Amino acid sequence: MTAMVSDAAVGTDRRRSGRLRRNKKHRAQLVQREAEEGRSHERWRSELQHKLYSAKLMEALARLRLAGDGGGGGGGEEVRVVPTRGRTVRDAADRALAFAAKGRTRWSRAVLMTTANRVKLKFRRIRAGGGKGRLGVTGAGGGRWMGRKGKGKVSVGRLRGKGSAGVRRKVRELGSLVPGCRVEPMNVVLEEATDYIAALEMQVRTMSALAQLLSGGDSDAAPAAGHGHTSS
Amino acid sequence: MSSRRSRRQSASSGITDDQIADLVSRLQQLLPEIRSRRSDKVSAAMVLQETCSYIRSLHREVDDLSERLSELLATSDNAQAAIIRSLLTQ
Repeated sequence: MTAMVSDAAVGTDRRRSGRLRRNKKHRAQLVQREAEEGRSHERWRSELQHKLYSAKLMEALARLRLAGDGGGGGGGEEVRVVPTRGRTVRDAADRALAFAAKGRTRWSRAVLMTTANRVKLKFRRIRAGGGKGRLGVTGAGGGRWMGRKGKGKVSVGRLRGKGSAGVRRKVRELGSLVPGCRVEPMNVVLEEATDYIAALEMQVRTMSALAQLLSGGDSDAAPAAGHGHTSS
Repeated sequence: MSSRRSRRQSASSGITDDQIADLVSRLQQLLPEIRSRRSDKVSAAMVLQETCSYIRSLHREVDDLSERLSELLATSDNAQAAIIRSLLTQ
């Protein structure tokens, strides 16, 4: 009897712990699925990302010191004297965007490395090795993500073999547009392109809201609407 | 490399048609123009072409916006007032 009781107790304990473990695993799976579903488009559309990016951008732009500053303090001192002001702003915005990506994508790493280490190519090659290692992990995650096919999948016309010349040419063209993807295999280029497009859209949204704000939006309602801040 | 092998694909390059088709369909959902049209009349090459032109137009838009922002930021008092205003409204 005691044996049975103890067995039952052990059984329930095991069941309980099993349930707990299952719940924990389930929860972890849910979180993971959320994280994976919140890739690309959803991630770049979140309000938090928007605010983070706009804050970073404002900070970077304020640091740029594009203003005259009382007649421009000496043309030769400032190392970052730029040929065109628009280019500086564009580079700063791109850098802030790549920073917002937290280096999880190839294009963000490429953008950050290009601006920071223009001369040190060796450094970039070493970093690329480490980056590839890191991407091995995300590649596995991406594999799991791509395993969930058929969820809201839109049918595309027949591919006629992945290596068909036209498709390959287009993918190469795409690779030349997305930073850091010129010599990557096709699936990498396509994946990077999806994330890059979503990020660019956020960049455009943020910069236009900022421009509207700076060009003296009459009321506070206009920038609030532009930013989508629901606090007011 | 090992992650690719763990996907259990036996194709020579390790990347299958299905994966590419999946990625292309995902891309198609992002594009503003193709989404409105019927999905089955769209080929992969068209999606890729649209993607390229869309990225180029986004780049152009960012360039225009940065030009505009640089002009707006150049006037110092305008910029400071705007920054202060934005910090206050947030």
